[in-house]
Amino acid sequence: MMISSAIIPQPLARLPWRLIWLVALICTIGIVTLFSAAGGSWSPWALKQGLIILAFFGLAIAISYIPERFVKQVTFPTYMVIVVLLIIVDMVGFVGKGAQRWIDLGFIRLQPSEFMKPGVVLVLARFYDLIPASDVRQWRGLWPAALLVLVPFALILTQPDLGTATMVLVGGVTVMFVAGLPMWYFVSAAAALGAALPVVYAMMHDYQRKRVLIFLDPEADPLGAGYHISQSKIAIGSGGIWGKGYLNGSQSHLDYLPEGHTDFVFATFVEEWGLIGGVMLIFAFAMVVRWGMKVSQRARSRYSQLAAAGLSMTIFFYFTVNLMMVMGLAPVVGIPLPLVSYGGSAVMTVMICLGLLMGIERQSRTRSTLA
Amino acid sequence: MKASRYTAAHQSITFSRRMMLVGGAQAALGGALIARLGYLSIAQNEHYQLLSESNRVQLIIVPPRRGWIVDRAGKPIAINRSDFRVDIIPEQLERPTDTLRTLTQSLKLGPDDVDRIIKEIKASRGYQPVQVAENVPYEQYAAVTVRLPEMPGVQPMRGFSRFYPTGPAVGHLIGYVGAASAKEYEEEKNPLLVTPGFKIGKEGLEKTLEKNLRGQPGGQRVELTARGKLVRELEPKPDRSGQTIQLSIDAGLQDFAARRLGEESGACTILDCQTGDILCMASMPAYDPNSFSDGIGRTEWSMLSQDERRPLVNKTLNALYPPGSTIKPMNSLALQAAGVDPDETIFCPGGYRLGNRFFRCLGRHGTVNMRRAIAKSCNTYFYAMGHRVGYDRIAEMARRTGLGQKFDLPVVSQSYGTVPDSAWKARKYKENRRVVERPDWTASDTLNASIGQGFLILNPLQLAVMAARIASGRNVQPNLLGVHKQPAPLLGIPQEHLDATRGGMWEVVNGDGTAGASRLQVPGIEMCGKTGTAQVRKIVGSQRGQSGDWKYRDHGLFVFFAPYDNPRYAGSVVIEHGLGGARAAAPVAKDVLTFLFDQERAMASLTALEQQWGGTLLERTARRQSQVEEISKANLRRSA
Repeated sequence: MMISSAIIPQPLARLPWRLIWLVALICTIGIVTLFSAAGGSWSPWALKQGLIILAFFGLAIAISYIPERFVKQVTFPTYMVIVVLLIIVDMVGFVGKGAQRWIDLGFIRLQPSEFMKPGVVLVLARFYDLIPASDVRQWRGLWPAALLVLVPFALILTQPDLGTATMVLVGGVTVMFVAGLPMWYFVSAAAALGAALPVVYAMMHDYQRKRVLIFLDPEADPLGAGYHISQSKIAIGSGGIWGKGYLNGSQSHLDYLPEGHTDFVFATFVEEWGLIGGVMLIFAFAMVVRWGMKVSQRARSRYSQLAAAGLSMTIFFYFTVNLMMVMGLAPVVGIPLPLVSYGGSAVMTVMICLGLLMGIERQSRTRSTLA
Repeated sequence: MKASRYTAAHQSITFSRRMMLVGGAQAALGGALIARLGYLSIAQNEHYQLLSESNRVQLIIVPPRRGWIVDRAGKPIAINRSDFRVDIIPEQLERPTDTLRTLTQSLKLGPDDVDRIIKEIKASRGYQPVQVAENVPYEQYAAVTVRLPEMPGVQPMRGFSRFYPTGPAVGHLIGYVGAASAKEYEEEKNPLLVTPGFKIGKEGLEKTLEKNLRGQPGGQRVELTARGKLVRELEPKPDRSGQTIQLSIDAGLQDFAARRLGEESGACTILDCQTGDILCMASMPAYDPNSFSDGIGRTEWSMLSQDERRPLVNKTLNALYPPGSTIKPMNSLALQAAGVDPDETIFCPGGYRLGNRFFRCLGRHGTVNMRRAIAKSCNTYFYAMGHRVGYDRIAEMARRTGLGQKFDLPVVSQSYGTVPDSAWKARKYKENRRVVERPDWTASDTLNASIGQGFLILNPLQLAVMAARIASGRNVQPNLLGVHKQPAPLLGIPQEHLDATRGGMWEVVNGDGTAGASRLQVPGIEMCGKTGTAQVRKIVGSQRGQSGDWKYRDHGLFVFFAPYDNPRYAGSVVIEHGLGGARAAAPVAKDVLTFLFDQERAMASLTALEQQWGGTLLERTARRQSQVEEISKANLRRSA
């Protein structure tokens, strides 16, 4: 930093370059894999993905310059707007007799649940920032927060989108956890959830039960509903330590692996790059999250501490759920691998999170230099 | 919880602690992800690599050529004839409707065929071909080949179909082949079974020797996408033909025997009486395995299954007959083993009185010793002697000579009949009171069994084995596979006993015995034998099964061996409802044995006979086949 600041202009040198290189590495892996998934072609995915990433990276940089003060001010109104949008989506879906997750604005399809992932984190951070420390362990420190999480959770669950709903829940609960709510809340909630599972299973529809059973044993129905998981595990397992070599993945190139450019992009990548490539990618994500957690620890204000922790967790949970899904550790819930899978929504969400984190990081740095 | 206030300082400590917990949980989950990735790509790598390869590479199966079946001299019994076939590869079809219409015209397909093809094309996955037609005549094949450029996806091929040169003569022995049924595929799960044109053994040796005859399929290895699209062709895998299997059968003799049985319903079995090699096992009438292997029509099937001469039953193994007097030579061995002197005489007044019942003989033979009793087939002698020694001792000898026994043969099934004795009767009484009315063995049971009636029923192969064991004195086991040179071990029956019995059998044919008319016309070769006439139902009044409905007439049986001085061949002939052994069965035996020593003479007499019957076996079969086709066409017209 010291040296580079002498050569390159101040604003550029101020950027968190370690993070940017990590993100660039992850995005490059994504584009390279999409190039292979298209059979060695820039179209239809790789080039477009590159442009999407550039655009949203620009957005992230822009967000990082928004002052914390302003973010705090718009947190509640933004949250309310997103909730209203979620309600509209549910209504449209209900009227149109079909599950729908987006609002079509003509030029763009807006998926409000994506905004809710950082949204719920920010609103809870704001909430615990506002109430006095003595209230955190009281009833009034719990119920408004619970409501702020459960309302969007329920709205997204009815879309139905279990994956995203779970992510919103995890983001919110993480903020509540680090905000210092009594530990027994979380322990008893986990215990209640464990106890409720059999009851939930008993209440499930047949097709839902079937999905659970297939998750537990995908080989039982390798041509039917277990096909995705089976083929994904074949792709990953057959790559071995060193992989089959770039552009040589037979599972993805011969179309045995479904969704090889979106949800199962990790399988496409690992088939060709092997365990080495896979571990590298997981490490890159882990470093990004660690960076986020450090930002949270160094943050000066309570709001930014809580927000940074929640946003890091959101990024962490995003890629973890996807990887568990493609490796057969979680049911297939349709969560893409952020920054790697083809598609704009996940990139947008993660870039917003990163932009907010960069903003917090910048402000903690500036303030510390002032101090 | 303490009532003390929760302050900002507390909050900050809690935050750091909680952050460590969150970080720890993240690290643990990340570690789990890496562990899972390592498990999949290291520990499970081999497993998944195999699965990935089996996804990628698929085999377009080329059925292996089925192994030949040849006789003891290497003469073919079952071979493969090349034929033409047409398949469709659904994935490559571009204009299914037009293509099918063209094929229907040029191959003259029926509406049933077209229905089947459409159904199979819809059900097929990827590169699996669907059969359009097999056994296509050359002109039609050529017509399809010429139009190939306008019909992508159609695949004319040269295939192989099974051919049995002697047709019905080997029907029951060899069986036939056919396309695997859905059930057979379920059992084996082998994709070869559903490959168009592939046939498996369905009956007889074709079925029991399936493993050896089948071979290893080869094929074109191709890389396919998940949707079955061809990416590229890899190195082809060569197929391996099935094994050629040599039988102990003499194909010429088998054919001759089948033809000699002519229009009769019967069986002719001949063994090498030293080694046990089965030289011929003919059962007539028989289905034509050639027409079965092409797939048999419903009309032909119902005609075959309704025929009272049972062309679907292998009468050498799966039909049981009362042996009648043919077991008397065996009885004579049993009597001698029980101490009866062959020179002891019995007076035959035309029957034998047991209590207040009179058991009839076929004539008044006067004073007879063992040799004369065999020659004249005197019932009285065997009634009296059987009564003296008891049937349990005779049953023992019966089993020793192979009667009632199941042999170790590669056949689909064999009925082994009954050699009754007191223990059998007691057991049977418990199981089935309709067959056996009382539990104890009676003297009249002995008398009936002594002349080959009553509870005693046997199959023709057992009779042939009995003749072979008496002829050689060896413990002959019948063989169907390969050629054996080593004579079987001796049975341990004293030579003088065998001599007395064989002497009686010599006299049957060469003395003034019952089969004097069937003396061999080959210089220096004498046949020995024993006739038998078995009642099909109880004698009613004066009717002796010598007239009336065919199905109530007596069976004619004959067991024999030759030459007398140095036995080599032994066998049995059974003619269902042939009225008598001397009349129906012995002449067949005579001709079949003549064939073994003097083929020209035998063929001359056969030709004369076949002229009377209206042509050779193959000619008659072809004629019958065309009749069947007429009838089935007529049926079709009627139903349409």
